[in-house]
Amino acid sequence: MNINATLLGQMITFGLFIWFTMKFVWPLLITAMAERESKIADGLAAAERGHHEKELAEERAKQLLHETKDKAREMIAQSQKRADEIVDAAKDEARHEGERLKIAARAEIDQEITQAKESLRKEVVSIALVGAEQVLLREVDAAAHEEVLSKLVEQF
Amino acid sequence: MSAEGPANASEYIIHHLTNLTAGEGFWTFHLDTLFFSFTLGAFALFLFRIAAKNATSGVPGKLQNFVELLIDFVDTQVKDSFHGRSELIAPLALTIFVWVFLMNFMDLIPVDLLPLVAGWGGVHNLRVVPTTDLNLTFAMSITVFLLMIFYSIKIKGAVGFAKELLFHPFGKWMLPVNLLLKVVEEFAKPISLALRLFGNLYAGELIFILIALLPWWAQFTLGLPWAIFHILVITLQAFIFMMLTIVYLSMAHEDQ
Repeated sequence: MNINATLLGQMITFGLFIWFTMKFVWPLLITAMAERESKIADGLAAAERGHHEKELAEERAKQLLHETKDKAREMIAQSQKRADEIVDAAKDEARHEGERLKIAARAEIDQEITQAKESLRKEVVSIALVGAEQVLLREVDAAAHEEVLSKLVEQF
Repeated sequence: MSAEGPANASEYIIHHLTNLTAGEGFWTFHLDTLFFSFTLGAFALFLFRIAAKNATSGVPGKLQNFVELLIDFVDTQVKDSFHGRSELIAPLALTIFVWVFLMNFMDLIPVDLLPLVAGWGGVHNLRVVPTTDLNLTFAMSITVFLLMIFYSIKIKGAVGFAKELLFHPFGKWMLPVNLLLKVVEEFAKPISLALRLFGNLYAGELIFILIALLPWWAQFTLGLPWAIFHILVITLQAFIFMMLTIVYLSMAHEDQ
């Protein structure tokens, strides 16, 4: 029970233990714990941020979708309009072309009519001549009436 | 009861309260106290060192988790009652808590077991609970006391510390009274610290020894409740020693 040198031995031991804990145990563990704490805090913050960003992105996606729909609707309307225009233009052109063809055909027909008239006239003359010849051969000397006949022909 | 079979109850008790000694007079060493305290402390520090070496800020293993639990507990206590910066105080508190707890824990080992084993090896006196040795409790409290003095002087300066001794609490006209009060106050700290731990554990061990005197079939009726209660006592005593150390050292750090 009495106090003796054991006291000194114990003090030395105690001192060494304190020194050891202070030097080789406490700092390492407390650092690791602090690091983990900050890691967890960072992780939580990142999760929070990610959540927020997701919300923003959803908002943006919604907006984009809306805009795209609008644009598509606009484009459809525009192309409809354009198609109408093209059809109208084609119709116009077709009408013009038809008229042109009609005019050309008419001109050709007129020309052919004229030609036919001419040839008819010539044929009538020659038929008349042949008829007259037949008549005259009997009553008139060709030579005597030459002058009259040629004048007749000239008259036509 | 041990192999030799003590003649009567008082001899048995005295036998259990006798240290294994070496040396004469003041230079007597209580080998059992030194051995058990060192072994337990070294064991704890060995475990802590392993945990510290493999410490990771990622997912901790079981050992690291356990040690971190202790460290977190001690760190919270230190932060709650010590408002300053000190590299020493938290590791000191951890060392005290774990070491005192382990030494107290030896009380829960059956009182005759280790002395019996030692008897086979030819050692006839053995006290297995180092905290029932005044030398150990005083060694710890005196070390804490020296640290208190050291930090008082370091923080307040020699003059500041002297002023605190001389001029508080009654001002400079009551100087001798102040000094007397202060000296008593300061010395009361380590003495109460050491005696409280010693007293609690000594009484606890004595009761275990008394219970061991009962017939073997009746021992558990008292032994079990006392052991369960003692789990609380040993933890509480370790906690009180640590807590008071923190408080005393934080008082040493504060300017009055």
